Amino acid sequence: MNRFAELLDRLVLTPSRNGKLTLLTDYFRSVEDPDRGLALAAITGDLSIAAVKPAMLRTLVVERMDPVLFGYSYDYVGDLAETVSLVWPQPPGHIPNHAPTLAEVVGKLQAASRSDGPQVLARLLDSASISARFAIIKLVTGGLRIGVSARLAKQALADLGQVDVVEIEELWHGLTPPYTELFAWLEGRAEKPRSAALALFRPVMLSNAVDDGDLEKLNHADYAAEWKWDGIRVQAVCEGRIRRLYSRTGDDVSGAFPDLAAAMDFEAALDGELLVGDPREATGTFSDLQQRLNRKSVSPKIQQQYPAFMRCYDALQIDGEDLRGLPFVERRSRLEAFVKTLDPSRFDLSPLVEFPDWQALERLRQAPPHPIIEGVMLKRWDSPYLAGRPKGPWFKWKRDPHTVDAVLMYAQRGHGKRSSFYSDYTFGVWAGPEGSEELVPVGKAYFGFTDEELRQIDKYVRDNTIERFGPVRSVRADRNNGLVLEVAFEGLNRSTRHKSGVAMRFPRISRLRWDKPAAEADRIETLQALLQEG
Amino acid sequence: MRASDLLKPRPEGLYCPPGDFFIDPVRSVGRALITHGHSDHARSGHRSVLATQQTLDIMGLRYGEDFAGTTQAAILGETIDINGVAVTFHPAGHVLGSAQIAVEYQGMRIVASGDYKRQKDATCLPFEPVPCDVFITEATFGLPVFRHPPDHEEIARVLKSAAQFPERSHLIGAYALGKAQRVMRLLRDAGYDRPIYIHGALAKLSEYYQSQGIDLGDLEPGTVESGGKADFTGAIVVGPPAAFADRWARRFPDPISCFASGWMRIRQRAKQGGVELPLIISDHADWDELTATIKETGAQEIWVTHGREEALVRWCELEGIAARPLHLVGYEDEGD
Repeated sequence: MNRFAELLDRLVLTPSRNGKLTLLTDYFRSVEDPDRGLALAAITGDLSIAAVKPAMLRTLVVERMDPVLFGYSYDYVGDLAETVSLVWPQPPGHIPNHAPTLAEVVGKLQAASRSDGPQVLARLLDSASISARFAIIKLVTGGLRIGVSARLAKQALADLGQVDVVEIEELWHGLTPPYTELFAWLEGRAEKPRSAALALFRPVMLSNAVDDGDLEKLNHADYAAEWKWDGIRVQAVCEGRIRRLYSRTGDDVSGAFPDLAAAMDFEAALDGELLVGDPREATGTFSDLQQRLNRKSVSPKIQQQYPAFMRCYDALQIDGEDLRGLPFVERRSRLEAFVKTLDPSRFDLSPLVEFPDWQALERLRQAPPHPIIEGVMLKRWDSPYLAGRPKGPWFKWKRDPHTVDAVLMYAQRGHGKRSSFYSDYTFGVWAGPEGSEELVPVGKAYFGFTDEELRQIDKYVRDNTIERFGPVRSVRADRNNGLVLEVAFEGLNRSTRHKSGVAMRFPRISRLRWDKPAAEADRIETLQALLQEG
Repeated sequence: MRASDLLKPRPEGLYCPPGDFFIDPVRSVGRALITHGHSDHARSGHRSVLATQQTLDIMGLRYGEDFAGTTQAAILGETIDINGVAVTFHPAGHVLGSAQIAVEYQGMRIVASGDYKRQKDATCLPFEPVPCDVFITEATFGLPVFRHPPDHEEIARVLKSAAQFPERSHLIGAYALGKAQRVMRLLRDAGYDRPIYIHGALAKLSEYYQSQGIDLGDLEPGTVESGGKADFTGAIVVGPPAAFADRWARRFPDPISCFASGWMRIRQRAKQGGVELPLIISDHADWDELTATIKETGAQEIWVTHGREEALVRWCELEGIAARPLHLVGYEDEGD
């Protein structure tokens, strides 16, 4: 348990992806079964333990200490799990002669009934160290919140076994905690686990961005073009009576889209884009789609207002036949016939875009017919469906990003290599009536610039600081002073969380406009107009 | 004799009317008794200063030789008479030279702890409990959430991380007096024998510690002159916390920022400061040490100063010990 607790403590404070991977692979390498497998399940969200409510936790602790002292402590720390882990009094005379393992903790928690759950928890806390108490409380209150996705955990496994992460994703849904056969394979002690489970995830095929000069080398007649939909890439798999909707990294997202999952009444594995609306009438915008994302539960009202559907663009399997080896042209015609048999309110076909030459496609790309289109996809007619991102068969050709000229308002210090640099920038645009304009923050960006530019901005920030709050500096920015940043972004969403009412998607610094006076930066109305279009 | 007639707070600091002296005054006074060398307790410009020789030496290093009109070295355990008041210095275990000050007059004994801790520390003498009527305790970490783990476990985490990330450097933020030297000594005790790189602000004090017989091993300046970036690969660097936000830190390859402080017990503190590897190493007593010490002194009355007074006062109430906060101004927690 202590090693798991230590891992959590480190992961939560380690910002870099590589750092997290090192910590995870080291943990998986040095910890034995079944602890490491249970830790993996806890991180990927595949560990089921009956939950304990925060109120119960509070009750347990104030049975053991003065409520006033607990109150002072909680006020100071601000986080219930952390406070309880720190103040939990060791029972008098109790010196644990054995630190419980993760497997023992999980075993006891899983065996606990609803009524004796709190007492089981209390006894575990009695026997654990401070860090371990925190980890135990996180396990029972649900949600580790350590900034590690299931995808990253799988990458760590891939690093451990020197295999492609795609292999792990493909296996994943056929495996259960504590994954002993998986670790045995990754450590070269056993064959790759073979799964008899149905409706497994099939690793998806990804595309490369079109670079300058790429198209000149290609014959346009070799490629089909489709719109590139700005939804969620999904894979709908039905085999036997098992139905699963997967994200592009193999996470099961059926629970978030029960309306779509209910319509998956077929024997096939389809690749496509999840969007909202009724495909026969209108496709929703990205803002509409957002209503369905990152929700714990989906109310019937939301499902009705923003119904999910799938716009299909590939077929990996139909009626038990694996189609992945066939050329795209063949798969496409099978897909077209198959989609006709599906519920038209939930499934439609991503149409092909006709184009006589690259110039014509370029014009279409720049002026797509719907706001949720972010460019075009090119797929070689003769290409099989290949896992990963092979160079050549599939290209994405995105519409040029939007840009806005904004003024630097706040800068925050980075981490790791950038810990002595002010590298995270909050920028704003002008709002308010003429003569009394004010900057409103519209976004935050921390990349897009070169190392040399970073040094220049860092110097600017240090020379023009007007206030400091911890790692954040407020930078001089008014009509006559300020650094103008050209910010590129993919789109805008309405936001109630930001004062400006807008939130940028994928913002990055595209140019430093040392030449441009702050007063000439853009106004909020420019962004609001873009919002109307969307 | 009432205790409050023997020692009372004044804007300048804690004052003893019969003895006519102050303890750790924050402004210039005639006669100052000083517990230890941290700058919020030891200021320059007093007419006369009484402190341990090591505290006097440290003040000299920090403020220059003429930091006070006259100085007198207090010998631990030896009583000095000041205007009829018996004053004795006892080790406090906080930093090198730190002392508690016991003040006795007409049968009433008050002990002012200054800052103290009870965890073992190879860089200073251990705290010595002194029986007294009134104990003035610090309360920097006076909340039940503050529980410092054994320091060698914390240092082991740095060494483990250094082994996990051999291509990066580890920058340990630690205050220049006391904490920095303790961290270096802990590294040595854990068997780390490579050079430790230090920021210039630590040089004089670390040298002084070494001259007092506290072996810190091979310390090298963390300057660019001593090499390019590659030279600091895998290095452990110790410096004052503020230096790591500064351009100075850029010479180190992909640094992992560590911070040695009791405050690191609270995750949010570490997160806000951008600390990747918090080390809970403190030169102040944690909650359990505070409460154990209060009981040990046998004092019937506790005065609580700089820190979180209310929780400790509450604890004393529950234990049936009279307690009140002593509102002294001007103390920060330089030492942690």
